[in-house]
Amino acid sequence: MKFWHQVISITWKDTFSEIRTREVISSVLVFTLLVIVIFNFAFGANQETLRLVAPGILWVTFTFTGVLSLNRAFIPEKEQGCLEGLMACPISREAIYVGKMLASLLFMLIIEAIALPVFAFLFNLPILTLPMVTITILATIGFVAVGTLFSALAINTRAREMVLPILFLPVMVPVIISAVNASKMALSGKPWSELASWIQIIGVFDIIFLVVSCLIFTYAIEE
Amino acid sequence: MDNGDTGSTFQDQVIEIQGLTKAFGHHLALRGLDLKIRQGEKVAILGPNGAGKTTLIKVLATIINITSGKVLITGLNPKDNAEEIRRQIGVITHQTFLYGNLTANENLEFYGRMYDIPQRKKRINEVADMVRMTPRLYDRVNTLSRGMQQRIAIARALLHKPTILLLDEPETGLDPQATSILWEILNVEREDKRTIFLTTHSLERGLEIGNRLLILNQGKFAYEESGQTLSLADLKQIYQHYSGIEV
Repeated sequence: MKFWHQVISITWKDTFSEIRTREVISSVLVFTLLVIVIFNFAFGANQETLRLVAPGILWVTFTFTGVLSLNRAFIPEKEQGCLEGLMACPISREAIYVGKMLASLLFMLIIEAIALPVFAFLFNLPILTLPMVTITILATIGFVAVGTLFSALAINTRAREMVLPILFLPVMVPVIISAVNASKMALSGKPWSELASWIQIIGVFDIIFLVVSCLIFTYAIEE
Repeated sequence: MDNGDTGSTFQDQVIEIQGLTKAFGHHLALRGLDLKIRQGEKVAILGPNGAGKTTLIKVLATIINITSGKVLITGLNPKDNAEEIRRQIGVITHQTFLYGNLTANENLEFYGRMYDIPQRKKRINEVADMVRMTPRLYDRVNTLSRGMQQRIAIARALLHKPTILLLDEPETGLDPQATSILWEILNVEREDKRTIFLTTHSLERGLEIGNRLLILNQGKFAYEESGQTLSLADLKQIYQHYSGIEV
């Protein structure tokens, strides 16, 4: 119970700080919408082409969104010298990880909740369906599970903005491939049973990386 | 280094360090330190930049792990009891550990939750009053002066009534008012059993606060003086001799 109390306090602190500054959400949201608009112009109005490329565009966009937003997960903490203050508190490192991860998840889901209807409107595709929402939420959990860990690793490096994508993107390949394939099927109106295998891959990835990231976060943050 | 008091028991010792080594890659920041500190002692660590003072504070605050040796804080091993140890330690450094976008009250509320402090509001008001920041408690930290931020940082460190206070060059960047408040609080604290572990560049401050002085140079304790028998002039000479830095 105490663990979750601490986790919620960290998530609350990050969320409250973000509400005050809108540093991450506003800039990342503008970036996300711009990418969607640029891709829309680039591929023209041919509905067949759009249907084919839309899942790829969507997940490339959300991957960039993830990199940008997760890059900021620990930077304010580091810049203000608060990370050591947090580490000196009588809380487990896992609580720090889960708290920061939930805050990043919340920010990304907010951005995606705004971006998805815009994407649906511009590409004229049935994006706002239960399968698409499920795929988006599951893949985003995978993004933040890995991204929060790598963001903590990257803050102690000089070129931290570059380090995160270099570490993050190769590890995220299974989630991106699964999300693209599952989205392709969902947009073609395929039943749940056909999507299941891709969704399961994302789900298993989420569980594995949540557990592994939680366990190795202590080492990432301490040295 | 032992405090030389043969009458002290293990229970008296709040900090016990044996053969402490900390390496960052190939660089040895701390080289086999030995130190015992009894409850209520005020220990001042003097040393030039790069001597290992901050690393030592971070080890004692359980922020970083040691490479080899043994550290016991209130008889507990940081590896197995880090959270219990952290509950007994307050840390004040030149960094405030405060979130600029939050108000002073929100910062104290957040740290209060982290330390699971009962009757948080009452305690926040107490510590804010102690550092004379009650009128600015609801202002965002990034609108406060450096000195005011450090006063809130002092309040944050005292929030959970720590029995050990670790101070890492807390005067850096402080205005005279904040400096005097900090030392006023520490002088009041002399009355109780709180252990104070201070690292500083200021020989005057070390002499004033510490009832035990140590000089740390290149990761090793080069000199120790127990008691308050030194004059500032003597200390300057000794410091110059052991650190090679003219003061």
